[in-house]
Amino acid sequence: MAQQLQQGLFLALAGVAVVAALGVIFNRNAVHSALSLLANFVALAMLYVLLNAQFIAIVQVAVYAGAIVVLFLFVVMLLGAGGEMQMGGWLNWRTAFIVAAALVLLTLTGTAVFEGTINGAIGTATPEQIAQVGQTEAVGTALFTDYLLPFELASVLLLVGMLGAVVLGQRWRGAIAGRPSGEAE
Amino acid sequence: MTAVPTSWFLLLSAILFVIGAGGVLLRRNVLIMLMSVEMMMNAVNLTFIALSRHLSSLTGQIFVFMVMAVAAVEVAVGLAILIELNRLRATTDVDDVSSLKG
Repeated sequence: MAQQLQQGLFLALAGVAVVAALGVIFNRNAVHSALSLLANFVALAMLYVLLNAQFIAIVQVAVYAGAIVVLFLFVVMLLGAGGEMQMGGWLNWRTAFIVAAALVLLTLTGTAVFEGTINGAIGTATPEQIAQVGQTEAVGTALFTDYLLPFELASVLLLVGMLGAVVLGQRWRGAIAGRPSGEAE
Repeated sequence: MTAVPTSWFLLLSAILFVIGAGGVLLRRNVLIMLMSVEMMMNAVNLTFIALSRHLSSLTGQIFVFMVMAVAAVEVAVGLAILIELNRLRATTDVDDVSSLKG
């Protein structure tokens, strides 16, 4: 019973995720695309809960749905790109080629999934083991013991990215070598 | 045995990845292309989490954590570049930004 419930839940969430993903690329309005992206992220967060990764699910909602989608919406509004975009003709050789290439890629990955076997050392983080200490504590312990260096590097990366975004977003006064100034023209 | 097979998650992840790749190739709007790249990253994240459960290892979840940090930085810098581009050219279409083509 519980198995059928979980499988039904998976199918429903997978449907939402796929429809939202198609909505992102086929919507003419950039705001609608961003909202479809939000639906896609939330559906994936629920799938993470289904996979026993509750901590990552919360982080997914906070980072992707909370920060990234808001940033996208902010830029869409700032650029005034919310109106209808013309898409050009859909039926041309380029589109046909891309769809064919996508189908070939999907066939290859699908074959790999169903024909291949997953080999690898089975770790110690079984659901029972994680349930003993708690999901967040288990991830946190791994993050601060085995993966401390990547964690610190990620913080440096975030700092560099933040500085880069601030510098890029500045309105420069006067022309800098090789760079036309917006106000002078 | 787990209720939902790992292969289902892997197949869903492949479908989402292919949709994202198609979006990057089909659309000419930089904003939509960035969104499609985010969807591709999410598809890969789903693979990591599914295999993390399959192999009873937390390493996949740590990797997803790092991917999220990279994705956040990528979006911040990418959108800053897009705003700067919009200031210079008043466009969000990649076909209008071909001055390096020669």
